[in-house]
Amino acid sequence: MNKVYTKIESIVGNVITVRAEGVRYNDLAMVGKSYANVIKLDGDLVSLQVFAGAQGVSTNDTVRFLGVPMRVSFSENLMGRVFDGSGKPRDNGPELNENLIEIGGPSVNPAKRIVPKNLIRTGIPMIDVFNTLVESQKLPIFSVSGEPYNELLARIAMQAEVDLIILGGMGLKYDDYLFFRDTLEKSGAMSRTIMFIHTASDPTVECTMIPDMSLAVGERFALEGRKVLVLLTDMTNYADAMKETAITMEQVPANRGYPGDLYSSLASRYEKAVDFEGAGSLTILAVTTMPGDDVTHPVPDNTGYITEGQYYLKNGHIEPFGSLSRLKQNVNKDTRNDHRALMDGLIKLYSAYKESLEKKSMGFNMTEWDDKLLKYGQLFESELMDLKVNIPLEEALDLGWKILAECFEPNETGLRSELIAQRWPKKLEA
Amino acid sequence: MANSIGHVAGVNGNLVTVNFEGAILKNEVAYVLVGDTKLKGEVIRINGSKASMQVYEMTNGIQVGDKVEFTGELMSVELGPGLLTQIYDGLQNPLPSLAENCGFFLQRGVYLDPIPNKDWEFTPVAKVGDTLRPGDTFGTVPEGIFEHRIMLPFGFDETDWKIVSIAEKGTYNVRDTVATVVSPKGEEKKLTMVFSWPVKKAVKCYDQRLRPDETLVTKIRIIDTFLPVAKGGTFCTPGPFGAGKTVLQHMESRNSDVDIVIIAACGERAGEVVEILKEFPELLDPKTGRSLMERTIIICNTSSMPVAAREASVYTAITMAEYYRQMGLNVLLLADSTSRWAQAMREMSGRLEEIPGEEAFPAYLESLIAAFYERAGKVRLRDGKIGSVTIGGTVSPAGGNFDEPVTQATLKVVGAFHGLSRERSDARKYPAIHPLDSWSKYKGIIDSERVEAAREVLFKSNEVNQMMKVIGEEGTTVDDYIEYQKGELLDAVYLQQNSFDPVDAAVVPERQQEEFNLLYRILMAKFNIETKKDVRAFFNQLRQKFLDWNSVLATDERYEKYKSEITELFLSKVSEEV
Repeated sequence: MNKVYTKIESIVGNVITVRAEGVRYNDLAMVGKSYANVIKLDGDLVSLQVFAGAQGVSTNDTVRFLGVPMRVSFSENLMGRVFDGSGKPRDNGPELNENLIEIGGPSVNPAKRIVPKNLIRTGIPMIDVFNTLVESQKLPIFSVSGEPYNELLARIAMQAEVDLIILGGMGLKYDDYLFFRDTLEKSGAMSRTIMFIHTASDPTVECTMIPDMSLAVGERFALEGRKVLVLLTDMTNYADAMKETAITMEQVPANRGYPGDLYSSLASRYEKAVDFEGAGSLTILAVTTMPGDDVTHPVPDNTGYITEGQYYLKNGHIEPFGSLSRLKQNVNKDTRNDHRALMDGLIKLYSAYKESLEKKSMGFNMTEWDDKLLKYGQLFESELMDLKVNIPLEEALDLGWKILAECFEPNETGLRSELIAQRWPKKLEA
Repeated sequence: MANSIGHVAGVNGNLVTVNFEGAILKNEVAYVLVGDTKLKGEVIRINGSKASMQVYEMTNGIQVGDKVEFTGELMSVELGPGLLTQIYDGLQNPLPSLAENCGFFLQRGVYLDPIPNKDWEFTPVAKVGDTLRPGDTFGTVPEGIFEHRIMLPFGFDETDWKIVSIAEKGTYNVRDTVATVVSPKGEEKKLTMVFSWPVKKAVKCYDQRLRPDETLVTKIRIIDTFLPVAKGGTFCTPGPFGAGKTVLQHMESRNSDVDIVIIAACGERAGEVVEILKEFPELLDPKTGRSLMERTIIICNTSSMPVAAREASVYTAITMAEYYRQMGLNVLLLADSTSRWAQAMREMSGRLEEIPGEEAFPAYLESLIAAFYERAGKVRLRDGKIGSVTIGGTVSPAGGNFDEPVTQATLKVVGAFHGLSRERSDARKYPAIHPLDSWSKYKGIIDSERVEAAREVLFKSNEVNQMMKVIGEEGTTVDDYIEYQKGELLDAVYLQQNSFDPVDAAVVPERQQEEFNLLYRILMAKFNIETKKDVRAFFNQLRQKFLDWNSVLATDERYEKYKSEITELFLSKVSEEV
């Protein structure tokens, strides 16, 4: 049914309308050389959003309906490759057309889900120790422009103990794209990475395709038994792209111009995170920049309601307060017997350090205890919080004990006596 | 009415416009035929020969001209024995059976029988010649621990139906005919154990609606004592993300003193439902000693499932609640979260191009929310038995700001407001219900005058605390400082409750009363302490002892010991008791 239409009725923003028959909702079409998909049917009037943007589309351009929805190729050949938002290669490699799968598929039956139980090690103490990442978890990284969130993602991509990384870039600066590519290539992680990249200069519509394509491919690999980690950056750009289309379509905006279905759209993507019983799993880490550092902005706000916790990336490190992994309880009881207690103990002392720091800045006298806390706080920040630190979980826990021993007497830590007897570093005790 | 047919004229998201012939009903169910699959939808607007339908499934692949079949029936649920322990989606599709049929994913267009095809031990309680009205019982079957009543369908004409025949005691399939009735007009109907009822219509087959005047015990201290809920009442729990709404609802669903709990997970995370699914079958109901799942129905329309069905899910849940109320049972419906339901309405309203109200919510938002909460209530049935439906809804306000339309519309119609505060959850004070901002109009387990006096102490304590932030501890008098510490004590040992501690997680009313009485003496007393340092030390000691007391079982020998230690410590410093 590849009938060609040559009369475009209207072109508004990136949306064109043609009169056509036998067209199905959400089907793909070729407009000139660009893909477009059907977003509205009204009698014989068909609205399409043009992936490459409607700029330069002529009223007598050909529109050819392909009779299939948007699909993406799925095979081992994807490994190490880079694609753009319409699924075309970005890396001079061959175009892939075999084994096409539909994107934006149905949701997983809740009755088939299982309680997540495996942790994902990243080598970053602030994640592994304090807010453990769990397989099938969906977590945003709340941050602001200028913070090293992409560096953080790249590190996680290189180090995370998973079988496969899918990087979805939305509205990336070209430099950032090159940074990701070069870093992953240098570290050798590229061979287990698939990238779907939309840069800031690419057409907006393609931006809205990135999460669906990344997740559709990820889901299939997970079904085949792989442990997949999908990294998305930056979801705020994705939401803004949706806003643009919604406004073009004259939809009534809800909050700050965003469409009323922002929550549902974000949720149906994040909810793709799943642990398949007897197969693999899909975990999502997504950067969400907060415009004006405002967590009540619709995008981070809706995201917070959907995801299972959040990491706050501020001043170059993951904030110990506010950051939360809702699923960490499921896994940190089985790592090492001191994990939970030490995690709580370290954080409580760090919080006391913050209070002392405040007292100091207000000019109050420092007690001996305050001095101990100040020493502790600095060590904690430089040896555990710093994003450059790269050590396995067990080593990080040992390091935690070492820092405690350097600063405090055992009974000042508020930790249980039997744990102290077992873990307190011996040589410093003497 | 002959079933009409129509053809698709347009598609916009989950809104499908249909050209139809013949007569159709507003809100009737229709199916769009896409290839071999039938997609369920509901007519929400009719204009000339065009009907607008919201489709409960993904609309991909629909084309103009596709056939639409109208059913002539309103959106309904099936009611009958076997509902308990089930997990349904918003359209009453049983999810576990769906998983058996379709695997990991929710395939669209698959609709299964909601009531399991099972045999039940039927006992007639009426005989041939008896007359029945809709909602009257003519037989019973044992469903778990309950005596499930088989009733004359609610939708029958309000007249005296005479029993022509009725099955003898024995085992029958749920869809076997168990009785035949005839109306005064001579209309004869065969009855099975199952019938359907349109979800958007309230069930009114009772004698009288009563005032909700009995406390619904949740075993959560701050609720039962300070912000009580009544059987047949309504309450709402708004809170920003991460403030513990869902954890609080899980506590309520586990420990509430009701017969049946219906959980409507509406537009929230699937993971949270999974926790209930895996946890409940293993937890025991302290009242009956049976698995908690036996008193639970879960309606689960999580955030990634189609939006239109989200709206249906809260109505599906309330209809089932009303059905069990009709058996003289106390039902608690927990809806998480009503904001997602409101958002679903907003999405639909936007597609219909209606004139938007505040924050683009439709103008009828308030009346729909009010109508929903009004379906709660305590009723006296025609046989004199009392049943109730209590509704607790969470609200997820955008940005945690309670001034938004959904929270405000809800506050207008509920009887208790449990507002969660970010401040308290950040300070790890759980449950994070704000004790001063929240309110309840219901009667609690403790005399209201004394509760009011305790609240006064909290107010005063909060005031002193605010003052101290400006003038420092140095500038505060010892008396004020004592008031401040009293409030902190009440907060730390009574308002906060450790849901992970096996003893503290659920506190029976008697124990709450005992502890409150002791605390009340402390709160009202005057103390003879000289310095603030000593005040702090004294209250720290008290707090520690109370917390120890909180974590031992009432049957434990240490229970009385801790209590007398607290009393002794208190009496050692008291100068005057009121």
